[in-house]
Amino acid sequence: MSDSEPTALYAAREPIFPRRVSGLFRTLKWWIMGVTLGIYYLTPWIRWDRGPNLPDQAVLIDLAGRRFYFFWIEIWPHELYFVAGLLIMAGVGLFLFTSALGRVWCGYACPQTVWTDLFLLVERWIEGDRNARMRLWKSGWTLRKTRLSLTKWALWMLISVATGGAWVFYYADAPTLLRDLVALDAAPVAYFTIMILTGTTFVLGGFMREQICIYMCPWPRIQAAMMDEETLTVAYREWRGEPRGKGTKRRALAERAAASAQAAGPRIGGRSPRIPMPGIDPAAGKIEPARDEPGDCIDCNACVNVCPVGIDIRDGQQLACITCALCIDACDDVMARIGRPRGLIDYLAFSDERRERAGQPSLSVWRHVLRPRTAAYTALWSLIGLALLYALFVRPEIDITVAPVRNPQFVVLSDGSIRNAYDVRLRNKHGEDRPFRIQVAGDAALRLDLEGVDATQVPVPADDTAHQRVYVIASANTGPALADSTGIRFWVEDIVSGERAYQDSVFNGRTGQ
Amino acid sequence: MMDNRTDRDPVTGTETTGHNWDGIQELNTPLPRWWLWTFYLTIVWGIGYCIAYPAWPLIDRATAGFLGYSTRAEVEAQIAEVDARNADVAARLASADLATLERGDPAYHYGVAGGAAVFLAHCSQCHGAGAAGALGYPNLLDDDWLWGGTLDAIAATVRHGIRNDTDDDARWSEMPAYGEFLEAEQIAAATEFVLQLSGQAHDSQLAASGATIFAEECASCHMESGTGDRETGAPDLTDAIWLYGGDREAITESITSSRFGVMPAWGPRLDEVEIKAVTLYVHQLGGGE
Repeated sequence: MSDSEPTALYAAREPIFPRRVSGLFRTLKWWIMGVTLGIYYLTPWIRWDRGPNLPDQAVLIDLAGRRFYFFWIEIWPHELYFVAGLLIMAGVGLFLFTSALGRVWCGYACPQTVWTDLFLLVERWIEGDRNARMRLWKSGWTLRKTRLSLTKWALWMLISVATGGAWVFYYADAPTLLRDLVALDAAPVAYFTIMILTGTTFVLGGFMREQICIYMCPWPRIQAAMMDEETLTVAYREWRGEPRGKGTKRRALAERAAASAQAAGPRIGGRSPRIPMPGIDPAAGKIEPARDEPGDCIDCNACVNVCPVGIDIRDGQQLACITCALCIDACDDVMARIGRPRGLIDYLAFSDERRERAGQPSLSVWRHVLRPRTAAYTALWSLIGLALLYALFVRPEIDITVAPVRNPQFVVLSDGSIRNAYDVRLRNKHGEDRPFRIQVAGDAALRLDLEGVDATQVPVPADDTAHQRVYVIASANTGPALADSTGIRFWVEDIVSGERAYQDSVFNGRTGQ
Repeated sequence: MMDNRTDRDPVTGTETTGHNWDGIQELNTPLPRWWLWTFYLTIVWGIGYCIAYPAWPLIDRATAGFLGYSTRAEVEAQIAEVDARNADVAARLASADLATLERGDPAYHYGVAGGAAVFLAHCSQCHGAGAAGALGYPNLLDDDWLWGGTLDAIAATVRHGIRNDTDDDARWSEMPAYGEFLEAEQIAAATEFVLQLSGQAHDSQLAASGATIFAEECASCHMESGTGDRETGAPDLTDAIWLYGGDREAITESITSSRFGVMPAWGPRLDEVEIKAVTLYVHQLGGGE
């Protein structure tokens, strides 16, 4: 321990200025960003005609009306298992993608990554690339810096408002809500939600960025546990790159660096805990240079400069790495310029690392992606999906639920007959009013009576539930009147379409009297 | 490159805090500074919250907080808000003629729902939460009514009550205790006749003599046929429903000692809307006429 200063237990955030990069993965990320942001912002504006009684918004979460509309699908509260099923599919899908491609969700599709990317795009557009931004950061508050910062923050705020604003459109008719919002006539909760989401988008995308991933998000921890040695992830081919060095005296420098590294132990400088590469014996503490001549890494720091989380991928797999693959693009660019093959930094599995060190070729991408574990996840995922689809297509358009009134169990009428009451709910999922007929089956002696209705028909409004108290009566001294209990079945029939649905219940007789 | 001020773990190269327990060292992975500030902020927030809102428990209450917030006041405000929202439909119910009120009318639904609450608060103590009554307390679900089961009759019963001293318009009747002026044999005979009326097993000889006693003593209220009279609240003795039990022993006891219940007048305690609401509720329980 030191004699002078105590160890610092807290560290200030080091600002990160990712350099612009272009290449295969950057292009892919631009496309994914465009598609995901497009889906997010535009979906509420898609119209879908459902007839006069239902909303015409394709995707709508109607909390007040307790309905979830998704194109031709309408989910009622009692069908929330569809939503649960989709969440389970999302979970299994994450297992699948993580076991095959590591933290590919983090790197490409996570909103935190996508919005940070968008905010960085704005930042780069206003303030320039890495070096310009670093100069600006170090300079005092000049007029220019103030102007640039204010412009940047204003644009960020615009994006944030649009982000928070788009969210509320999923919960109400988008065109109406937009008019109300502009006219300051919308519900307070709409403004409140927009304010909160604007604030979180602004702070998380503009200022917190990698801090969210490293310190706040549980996924890095969970996903790290889901990877195995066949999982493809972004890695540095150390045996090819080391000893690193630059310039004409690469070799001498490299050897000196290697010697110094040997003396100092494994390199330091990770901002977060590192996961040691397999195949490297930490106890030995050394990485043997693969050969005597200098490695392919010219230590240009391109991979570090483009990294949005500010790490050095050459330190190995680490918790902070979101596997956005931008370092691959950066390194490939450099390798092309110095005339070396691409892939010094590449998607690589741990098992390949061992193979390549032993001089064998690595397995193809497909051999890593298609293996029993991913096949099992795919099968499970598909099974749940098929089950949900099946449930979706066989679910009836009408439905009945019966809640027997059990206080009291039965009522004796003046002619000695026994009456049971049932609270019946009739669901009409059609977009128009329908008359439903209720019938009871189970014993010929039972007859049906509807509270307040002379017939056995009940009108059920469009896309609604009708509540009807139903009486089942057994005349004195008939079988069901004397029996302990009799199983009965309520049938409901949509008179227009002829669809039928049923629910079973029990008729209580004159027990012990 | 080594930082001389701190120790480093030789395996991971990570700084240590210098804490050492039997050779086990604690690695130092510094938390971000903003995390610390967030923690301090939550403490400041907590102190502010304690000052602004009710927080510290005292002997018989808690500190009130500078904002004057109380859950009770919030509930009262919410109740007032709901009442204000229902003011129109409540006024509609207050002025409505129940007999012609349509089932689809919002006032009808308001009445049935509100009536259920009134019933649970004021009526369920005797008539039961399910309105099935009990021995001596009429079942409101069946199709048998002592004083009438129309909306008007139910409303009158609720408003004025039965056999109470507080309301001059209370429904009133009193069956004599025949034990005081009939012989036991006569009561037994009348009991057999009542059993016969309701179609139960009986002694035909006794019932025949009971018929005479019934015609003299009982028919004035219970009618010649035994079907009762709602003007006097005299029960129908021919049906299957018995307020105090319909077996031989219970009927004998009813004739000997006479039995009748009382019900308070709810007119002074409930407002017009509540009376109409509970009337609608009771009427739609399954026996309304």
